[in-house]
Amino acid sequence: MALNELVRVEHLVKYFPAGGGFLGKPRAFVHAVDDVSFTIIRGETFGLVGESGCGKTTTGRLILRLLDPTSGKVIYDGQDILRLDGNAMRHMRRKMQLIFQDAFSSFDPRKKVFDIVAEPLRVHGLASGSQLRERVAELLVTVGLEPRHGEEYPHELSSGQKQCVGIARAISLNPEFIVADEPISAVDVSVRAQVLNLMKDLQEKLGLTYLFISHDMSVIRYLSDRVGVMYVGKLVEYAPKSELFKNPIHPYSKALLAAVPVEDPDQRREREILEGDVPSPVNPPNGCRFHTRCKFASPVCSEEEPPLLDRGGGHFVACHSF
Amino acid sequence: MSQESVAYLTPTSRRQRAVSALHRLWQDKVAFFAAVFLLIVIFSTLAAPWISPHDPAVGKIGNRLKPPAWMEGGDPNYLLGTDQQGRDVLSRIIWGGRVSLTVGFVVVGLAGAFGTLVGLISGYFGRWVDLLIMRIVDVQSSFPGLLVALTFVMVLGPGQWNLIAALTFNGWMIHARMARSQVLSMRETTMVESARAIGCTTSQTLFGHILPNIISPLITTYVLEMAHMIGAEATMSFLGYGIQPPQASWGLMIGEGRVYITNAWWLVTFPGLAVALTILSLNLVGNWVRTEFDPLHRSRH
Amino acid sequence: MLRYVFTRLIYTVVVILGVSLLVFVITHVIGNPVNVMLPLQASEEERAQLKHQLGLDKPLSTQLKEFLAGMVRLDFGKSWWQQEPALQLALRRVPATFQLVIMAFTVAALISIPLGIIAAYRPGSIIDRFLTTTSLVGVCLPSFWVGLLLVITFAVKLGWFATSGYGTYRHIVLPVVTLAILPAGHMAQIMRFSMLDQLNQQYVTTARAKGLDEATVVFKHALKNAATAVLTMGGMDLGRMLAGETAAVEMVYAWPGFGSLILETIARQDFPLLQASVFVVAVIICLINLAVDLSYGLFDPRIRY
Repeated sequence: MALNELVRVEHLVKYFPAGGGFLGKPRAFVHAVDDVSFTIIRGETFGLVGESGCGKTTTGRLILRLLDPTSGKVIYDGQDILRLDGNAMRHMRRKMQLIFQDAFSSFDPRKKVFDIVAEPLRVHGLASGSQLRERVAELLVTVGLEPRHGEEYPHELSSGQKQCVGIARAISLNPEFIVADEPISAVDVSVRAQVLNLMKDLQEKLGLTYLFISHDMSVIRYLSDRVGVMYVGKLVEYAPKSELFKNPIHPYSKALLAAVPVEDPDQRREREILEGDVPSPVNPPNGCRFHTRCKFASPVCSEEEPPLLDRGGGHFVACHSF
Repeated sequence: MSQESVAYLTPTSRRQRAVSALHRLWQDKVAFFAAVFLLIVIFSTLAAPWISPHDPAVGKIGNRLKPPAWMEGGDPNYLLGTDQQGRDVLSRIIWGGRVSLTVGFVVVGLAGAFGTLVGLISGYFGRWVDLLIMRIVDVQSSFPGLLVALTFVMVLGPGQWNLIAALTFNGWMIHARMARSQVLSMRETTMVESARAIGCTTSQTLFGHILPNIISPLITTYVLEMAHMIGAEATMSFLGYGIQPPQASWGLMIGEGRVYITNAWWLVTFPGLAVALTILSLNLVGNWVRTEFDPLHRSRH
Repeated sequence: MLRYVFTRLIYTVVVILGVSLLVFVITHVIGNPVNVMLPLQASEEERAQLKHQLGLDKPLSTQLKEFLAGMVRLDFGKSWWQQEPALQLALRRVPATFQLVIMAFTVAALISIPLGIIAAYRPGSIIDRFLTTTSLVGVCLPSFWVGLLLVITFAVKLGWFATSGYGTYRHIVLPVVTLAILPAGHMAQIMRFSMLDQLNQQYVTTARAKGLDEATVVFKHALKNAATAVLTMGGMDLGRMLAGETAAVEMVYAWPGFGSLILETIARQDFPLLQASVFVVAVIICLINLAVDLSYGLFDPRIRY
């Protein structure tokens, strides 16, 4: 397994200061990501799922080093990327790219589609002149657009086309690894499937590895090979997709899965509705963070933090009750 | 970002946009006439050697202190009268405008470039860099500009270029503040994050993405500061620490004419009018530019 | 609150020290006052002698040490121009400027603030348009020029007031009017803008909906919130003017204030007097800033120190 592993995250922690006090000394911290470890295998799609604010987006940014973690390690292809200097990191970015939730807001509104897609190639000095034009045209065709779209401004495109431009830019450098942060939630419902299929095709064609971040269990199910579930900054469970969907162990995962509509109406699952609110990440509960809403909670859950343990077959769970 | 402002930032066609901007300028009559006045001033100072009726530095002593042409004792050759050395006031105003506008333009160019750069750095890097720079800006801008400029000139000696140095030293802070506040609102955007994600260097991000997107509000400050600096030049020259004779500048003319206010009011009135109208026009145009660049502002007022 | 004032005072001391040091370095390293004080044909010997008299022949580090030691005791040495302690000389000229500026500010506030409120209350009305125009013109006019025009009109032509000097009401009216124009324009603009802003806020609608009478809404609610902006602007103008920005106007009216002292100081390259003046300016500015910051608390209960 170690041979195939592309990304390894070890004890990743990110605290954001909340509210500046005197001289900018923060009074409190948002525990956005708190001691998260997992691995991503070359060629797979690792789905990261959880409610908004659970730290999944922050995790994606940390892996790409768009944010610097408070502590922990990110090993990419055997290299600790947090130790790379500015130049080496910029070089590394050719291998790892990001697809944004809202592609449009990630574009410079003054630039045409051509320049948006061409920019990574220019920045890294990989192509110029007619070579650049050909490459950009090829990229636009690859994502299902036409070369003429290069002459348009991003606001003139539909939501699906905008995301395709975002994807074209992300793959322009021939990366190995792409973090896709809710790539379809800003896309019109009618073309969501198209974008997902495009991403699937590209994965095959270009041998990509995805970290796919979403709050939508059905999207995760469609695309992922393995799935991790996050809750208030913690990874509570991760397992191969079929295993997780067939046999969720953590009470939070169960509740999430129970909310997913199933194709077969006869195959009713037990409905589980979570009581209470998501605790504040500024002041997370002691012990297991889910204990405030968990119907299986026992006294130990509020005192001791459950470790993330292998239950066999690569199924990791952090829970005292099972 | 609201739909409207996005539509503004993203030109469907630059020409279309320019045409509609000019149309709005025409509708705003006050700003329109201010712009026309400024164009006249700029044109006449550029064309000074050809359009000024007399040599601004040479006068006949026999013609001294002639009142404006329409008054009793006036000479039609000297529309706005003559000064204590018999030099033509109108010609001196035209040539003086050359100096005043040059000083204003150069100072805003230098102070604007330096201040904007410092503000970009301060806002983008944040932390102690920002803290340090903003402390300097605070301290320097709480100090009266006139005293600083006078100290400068006392040490360096008077003259056009020393004056420009002094005013630049006084004028960069506001540009730093403006640029910084704009960068702060830009720094956390997805656009900047995406620039980093594709591997842009810091300077590519700052000058390729951030600066072009914040330049519009900064231009307003450049225009307004031009007015401010022309006023500062006039004050310094009036006090005798700016432009030195035999050069002419509006402020210097007022200073030289001050002695004669009991019998030659035109010596201070006309150059002062030139300063006041230019500053007023720049302010009006600056305010128009502000609303033009800020659609939210436009709809509110 | 006390702690806040204390940290602010320490900060003030640092600023004053920094500025004084900067001026010392600029003047002593680049400046050469001997050339100004002696006629061009003065011999080398005479120059050297004067340098020795002024203590400028000592090594720079010694001069700096002496300067700092003096500053701690608020002793900036004797003015070269008038053989008396520089700080005393500077302080003696401050009251005349204070008199002028305080009167100008009172006039400015009394005119501009009510007008700003009325204009904001009826945006687009004749009063509003009149005020918007005049306040813009007011802040654009160079004050020394306005001063000269007033002298020409009211002193030379009409003879109502004295052209220049110090003493009776005949001397003080014109400079007060001249100096009032800029702060009046600024305060009217800010007052109108922030009142307009406040009157469009949700809470004003709520207050009106509650049935509060209009006067309470405008004066107790909106005005209280708009006052902070006016205070900031006014404080900045006040500090600058008290600290000698009035120099050009004082020169026009031959007013024996702090501003004209600064002009004389510069003309004579009087280093001790310059240092003392800079010190006075810094103290005035810092005190005004402190006063403005503390008075925010009166208008905005959210601000705590």
